[in-house]
Parts: sequence; C-alpha cells; structure tokens
Amino acid sequence: MDMLYASFEKTIGKFQLNVNLEAENEVMGVLGESGCGKSMTLRCIAGVLTPDRGKIILNGRTLFDSEKKVNLPPQKRNVGYLSQNHALFPNMTVEQNIACGIKGKGDKAQRIINIVINDFCLSGLENHYPNQLSGGQLQRAALARMIASEPELLLLDEPFSALDNTLKWKLEQALLNVWEQFSGETLFVSHNRDEVYHLCNRVAVLENGQMKEIRSKMDLFDNPNTLAATRLTGCRNISRAQRISNFEFKAIDWNIILHSPKKIPNNLQYVGIHAHHLLPMGKEKEENAMMCDIKRKTDAPFSIIVQLQNIQGDCAPIRWEVAKEEWKKLNAHDTINICLPNERFILLEA
Amino acid sequence: MDLSPLFITLKVACFGTMVAFITGILAARVVIRMERFKSLADGFFTMPMILPPTVLGFFFLLLIGKNGPVGKFLMHFDMNLIFTWQSAALAASVAAFPLMYRTVRGAFEQVDEDLIYAAQTLGMTNRNIFWKIIFPNSKQGVAAGTILAFARATGEFGATMMLAGNIPGKTQTISIAIYTAVQNGDLPTAYFWTCIIIGLSFGAIIILNGWLLKKST
Repeated sequence: MDMLYASFEKTIGKFQLNVNLEAENEVMGVLGESGCGKSMTLRCIAGVLTPDRGKIILNGRTLFDSEKKVNLPPQKRNVGYLSQNHALFPNMTVEQNIACGIKGKGDKAQRIINIVINDFCLSGLENHYPNQLSGGQLQRAALARMIASEPELLLLDEPFSALDNTLKWKLEQALLNVWEQFSGETLFVSHNRDEVYHLCNRVAVLENGQMKEIRSKMDLFDNPNTLAATRLTGCRNISRAQRISNFEFKAIDWNIILHSPKKIPNNLQYVGIHAHHLLPMGKEKEENAMMCDIKRKTDAPFSIIVQLQNIQGDCAPIRWEVAKEEWKKLNAHDTINICLPNERFILLEA
Repeated sequence: MDLSPLFITLKVACFGTMVAFITGILAARVVIRMERFKSLADGFFTMPMILPPTVLGFFFLLLIGKNGPVGKFLMHFDMNLIFTWQSAALAASVAAFPLMYRTVRGAFEQVDEDLIYAAQTLGMTNRNIFWKIIFPNSKQGVAAGTILAFARATGEFGATMMLAGNIPGKTQTISIAIYTAVQNGDLPTAYFWTCIIIGLSFGAIIILNGWLLKKST
C-alpha cells in the first residue's frame, strides 16, 4: 500500500509542533507562514530530527514509533529531502553529487546518472562545481540527485523560494515531469499560495505548529475557515467582526455595518474579502458600501492596487485591486464609494 | 655554530604537529557526534591548553618516569623516554593538540547542516559524511589548526624542559637554546636563535595566509 501516515508531536522551547496527516499517492501541499513549523515537520519525517511522541509509517514500514521505540536513521528511511537552498556538496561536481545518492556502483550507477542528467537538462554541466551554476541549474541538480536515490517519498521544502518567476515556472514544469513517473507521495511545503495551487491536490494548513484539517485545494481556497488559511490563500483584507443580528454584523476595523443574506454564525470573529472582489459604486448611499479616501495608488503590471480608508477616519486600510482599464474609466481622485459584495464575504468563526 | 637545535626543533615540531593533526581531527569528530558528556569531553581535551606547561610536564613525568606506570612498563623492554627527543615530541604533541582540536571542531560545526541532512537522506554512511562532506568543507579550519599546532609545538618550552631536559645535540630545542644562551650571557647566540624562530613563525603565517586566500577565491 502506497501511503504515508504521520502523527507526531515535538516541542522545542516554547514552540509546539503537532502534525497529523495521511497522504496516499498524491502531492500534498503544506501551507504555512514563516516559522510555523513547516521545515521542522519535514525534518521529522526525513529523520534528521526526532519527534517527542508519535508514529510515522511509510508504505507499511514503520519509520518512527515512540511507543515501540522504533526510530530509523535517515539513511534507512529512503526518503528524498530537498531543502530551501539546494544543499549540493560544494566540493563535488554535479555528477559526483548525483552519485552520492545512488546505492549501486559501476555501470548501473552510471546509467542512472545519465538518465537524470538528461531528464533535468544538465548535459554539459556534469563536471561543473556548484559555485559555477546558476540558481535554476542548482535546484535542478539537487532535484536530479534526490530522484537518483530512488526515494519512496519526496519532501520538498520551499524549493522555489530562491528563484525568480521564470525559473520558478521552469522548475515547476520539471517537477510535474517528475511526478508523471514517480509513484510515491510528495509533501510540498510552501508559504506561496500560487505554487501550492499549481502543484498540489490536497492542502494542509499549518498554523503556529498546529496542523488543521487537510482539505482539497478547491475547497480550501473557496472557503478558508481559519484566519491563517484566509491569509495564506491570499486574502489581504481581514477585519475583526461583531455579530449584531441574524443578517447583520459590524466590521470593526473598517467601521461599517454589513448585511448578509446568509445567516450569520453566532460566534463570528473575523470577516475577510479579497482585494479583487471590491466593487466601485456611484455616489448614492447603498447597502454594504462606504465612502473611502484614496490613500495611495500602486501600479502593478496589469492592475492598479489602491489603498482605501473609510472617510469616517481611524479605520484600517482596505486593499483594492482593479483592472487598469476600469480604473481609467472611473476617473476617481480623492474619494470613491466602494461596495463589499455580500456573496464574497469570508466569515470566520471563533 | 652548532645548528643541532634547529634540526631537533624541526623534528620535534613536525612530529608533534603530525600527532596533533591526527588526534585532533579524530577527537573533534568524536566530540561533535556526542550527545551526553559533550562538555566533559571538551573540557578534558582542552585541558592541556589551560594548564601551565610545567604542570603538564609534571603529569607526564609522573606517568612516564621511572616509577610511573608507563615508565615501568617500558622498562621491561629496556626503553626509556625521559631525556630523549621522543619525550620532547610527546610534550609538543600534547601542547599542540588542543589548538588543533578546537580549531577543527569549530570548523566542522560550521559546515551547513543542510548539507549533512541532505547527505543523510541520500543514504550516505556517517563515515562517508564525515570524510567526503564535513572534512573537505572544513579545509580552511584544518589549515588554520595545523599552523597553530605547528607554532605551539615549535615554541614548546616548559613541558619539554621537564621531560626532555636540556641536552645539547640531543634534546636542546631552539627555545631551550635561547634560554641557555641568555643564562650564560652568550647574547650573539641568543640573537641568532631568536632571528631563526621569528623567521620560522613568520613563514608559518605566510603559508597560512597563502592557503586561506587561495581557498577563498
């Protein structure tokens, strides 16, 4: 049976990590802000860190079990681990680096080396040292080295974080090629919602060391139900909220009373709305609309990002993203009447 | 002019550096992998650097002297270490060891832990990880430690004096020759050996810098 089961705890100082996940023949995303314990999770599964308690089982093999006192060393776990920086050995050439992970020797090893060098477009770079390679080449070489060791599970720790967008795109394609041939599970750790959305089927959100439930990416991005998930899926506008009645609540940070056709949960705590979901309105007063000062405009390649603030003052800013064409048509200068459409509310319960 | 102190010094210092080089690296390897008793072991290995050389010499005298356990054992084979160049080499080794050990240990611990994690998950044995990853990526530290150890071994005085004594042509090293010359009021000889030792030390630093600069480019 091809699956990974991991359920463990680890405490370092005041930080507590609590992981619970099951993956079966899939690419699972682990989404979390910096310092939430993403890398620690992968390191525990790889075996370079030891959890305090729990169990890790890969394809029917117990890698770690605190009760049965099983703790396989990383060398025996057969798990591929790719860290944020490529971790290629600086004293070895690309080919020697790749050879480090291959179990056999001689012709068989050379065959594997040739295959991965070809697969990851590294031909001609076999005898280069890591300091002679570019960022994208380094990550491809690291990926090739990992795949050559024929792991049963891939652990990828923000593998794109040091790359620019074009290279990131290329490496994503390289990874998708890997997955076409690779039959095991992959845990893909990132703080970047786009990467996770492009590459993963299901996503686990890690918030301050605590792993919340695992959901399909569609479901998570459509209804993020925690504050961390809302932020991580890219919602920049989040306000504290206070329920007034069944269909009415106050967004405290924006100083506006909002109406919703859906019943408002009793323990409503936050309301969020995506920056591109705001709608400009005419001058007249409308439901869920407020007059805002235009604080700042920032040019993005295809849109304008506008920083708004309720004119009643003392309010948190709201970010609005609008297409350039539309912005020109509006011809707005100092103030604008903006609507928060109720079908776009993200309501978070305590 | 009798040049024997120069040759004795070089012989003793090279031997001492070699011993310190090997044992220092091995000790550092053991200590970085320790989980318990790490600071205890570290303290023990650093001791020779902290103790006055005369105390060190005294300890070894107790150990390898005629009535010491090692000395008695060697007597069975008609061997004696006291007042030989070998005991001067022993003193130099022990004095140089902590410098080598501490410098390379620091260098080993500076190696990026991601490299070690990667090596472990790739299935490399701990022995291979040390000799193929940690050691080659600590070359600067190893070079610095070796030069420091050589300098210390060259200048050893206190422990050498107690173990090997001051026998011209046999155990008299340059530092001891300078001491003797000054005691006898023979200033020209003292100047001569002082110049030699300055040259030796300076040469060692030049070699070290050359190595480090070449490595970092």
